[in-house]
Amino acid sequence: MYEPSKEEAARLLRQMMEIRQFEDKIMELLAKNIAEGGSHLYAGMEAVAVGVISSLNPDDYITSTHRGHGHAIAKDGDLNALMAEILGKKTGVCKGKGGSLHLADLNKGNLGANGIVAGGLGIATGAALALKMSKSSKIVVCFFGDGALNNGITHECMNMASLWKLPVLYLCENNLYAMSVSIFRACSVKDFKKRAAAYDMPAEVVDGMDVLAVKEAATKWIEYVRNGNGPCLLVCNTYRYYGHSRSDPRVYRTKEEEKFYKEKDPIPNFAKICIQKGWLTEHEVKQIEASVTKAIEEATEYAIKSPLPDPEELYTDLYV
Amino acid sequence: MREITYRQALNEALDEEMARDEKVFLMGEDIAIYGGAYGVTAGLLNKYGEDRVRDTPISEAAIVGTGLGAALLGYRPVVEIMYIDFIGLCMDQLNNQVAKIRYMFGGKCTVPLTIRTEGGAGRTLGAHHSQSLEAWLMHIPGIKVVMPATPVDAKGLLKSSIRDNNPVVFIEHKMLYNTKGPVPDGEYLTPIGKAEIKRHGNDITILTYSRMLLFSLQAAEILEKEGISVEVVDLRTLLPLDRETIRKSVMKTNRVVIVEEDTKTAGAGAEIGMTVIEECFDYLDAPIKRIAGADVPMPKAPNLEKLAIPSVESIVEGIMEVMK
Repeated sequence: MYEPSKEEAARLLRQMMEIRQFEDKIMELLAKNIAEGGSHLYAGMEAVAVGVISSLNPDDYITSTHRGHGHAIAKDGDLNALMAEILGKKTGVCKGKGGSLHLADLNKGNLGANGIVAGGLGIATGAALALKMSKSSKIVVCFFGDGALNNGITHECMNMASLWKLPVLYLCENNLYAMSVSIFRACSVKDFKKRAAAYDMPAEVVDGMDVLAVKEAATKWIEYVRNGNGPCLLVCNTYRYYGHSRSDPRVYRTKEEEKFYKEKDPIPNFAKICIQKGWLTEHEVKQIEASVTKAIEEATEYAIKSPLPDPEELYTDLYV
Repeated sequence: MREITYRQALNEALDEEMARDEKVFLMGEDIAIYGGAYGVTAGLLNKYGEDRVRDTPISEAAIVGTGLGAALLGYRPVVEIMYIDFIGLCMDQLNNQVAKIRYMFGGKCTVPLTIRTEGGAGRTLGAHHSQSLEAWLMHIPGIKVVMPATPVDAKGLLKSSIRDNNPVVFIEHKMLYNTKGPVPDGEYLTPIGKAEIKRHGNDITILTYSRMLLFSLQAAEILEKEGISVEVVDLRTLLPLDRETIRKSVMKTNRVVIVEEDTKTAGAGAEIGMTVIEECFDYLDAPIKRIAGADVPMPKAPNLEKLAIPSVESIVEGIMEVMK
């Protein structure tokens, strides 16, 4: 098992808590109609974003998905600017023009969330091509869900990346459902690592509810990609606690299944391990949680108080 | 001045820009060893190597998508979609990713990507290799759409497209590759978004672009003998349209015919015509006429193919009607 330092354990726990509380807060804001529109929440899947991104260098790149808040936070995203963006505010990370589906921060190496399933595959693979051409040692992690596996561009990009030995790690977050349709009703091949064989690249499946398991596998495969071996596929089996979006009554899955995964909750389970292993005390865990709560409250207040974009912004940023 | 073909002019533009800026690279189907389906990239592989002149699998979505990714990291990719008919295969990448990413991210990135493609009828290739789909592209804010008709413009506009920090779709015409025209030696750029009056006249304005410019100029020649003085405006860029040149010409002639090869309904001409109405309705002495492609898939039979697009004769006839 991956053994983090005390500081690293605290950081992993903190980031996962930030994501969870951020998402719980957005659910609350949606219910109160303070947040308009929709939002795809990452709660339950925190161990994946945190486990993978904490194993990257800060100047490595990621592409994200329609369920992208977790990736943005884990990629050193500013909570205030992210929350403001989700509310469409001027102070948002994309000046209020992107929203939940388009969180991006190029300075931090986040090449963006995407409103189109599999929309990040081309960007990630092209970024990897640029890195290879410029002989950079940076890599790209391309996050996508199980739904994206069945989209054409996924096949095109994986073939191209393997053909050209591009430095991209394809990271499949398998949360079992593409909106409402389960992988068992959508995928002819249920064992996703078999997909990689079609592109002659290695693959591994890992428990995406266990941050240390994710981190161990991610560290290994990031090194593999960074060493110029070409792409690989890492599948993280995980579960989203909320529905697909705000209006989803979740009729396609059972309460028993939800309970099963609730018991695998990556945050309390990791906190327990931290205490058992002596990485953190119970008191420290509580302190981290309280400090995260404070940061989320501050971000929320910042976002709510921030102004909407100026009307003149309608036509800016379209062309250079 | 020396005369070279449209194909050579494009090849020179690519060659010069690749020599000038090492961030420029080419990617597409059959562009390297084969030299491009229409020979535009011939010789560049030997000169620049396979890192910068890249044959790709038949993966249009990935070609455009990876072009975008590389552009975001500071490269200036010139990707080729062999026929514009294949653009449906990468339309999501073009419309949802390439065109929107800068705006969606609050202006925090640039996309210096050029997408070269080619369209139009004339080789009796049937419905999947003969279309004119520029109107689809004009409907996408965030990109530019360039359609040169002459070798001199092809070269100058391609160089400008590659240097532009915005995504540009550069649409060539398959029947123009072998046409010849004067092209100056040495460096020059042709500005995107500027139309050019290719023939001055007083009685009526033709607004046109790409291959239809050649037909329009021939029609103007014939009409001259009938005593009708035709001004021919080559729009060159369809997005953004050069409203000023359109307005000035129409204010002078007071009559407009639009000649376009794409299918008429909701075609490029609809936008161009509405622009005329918005800009200078009061100056019109006659209704605007569109001489456009037939609203049908392009048929194979050579006689039907000719009937499906404007001809010199149909342009002459159309103008005579407006002048009545």
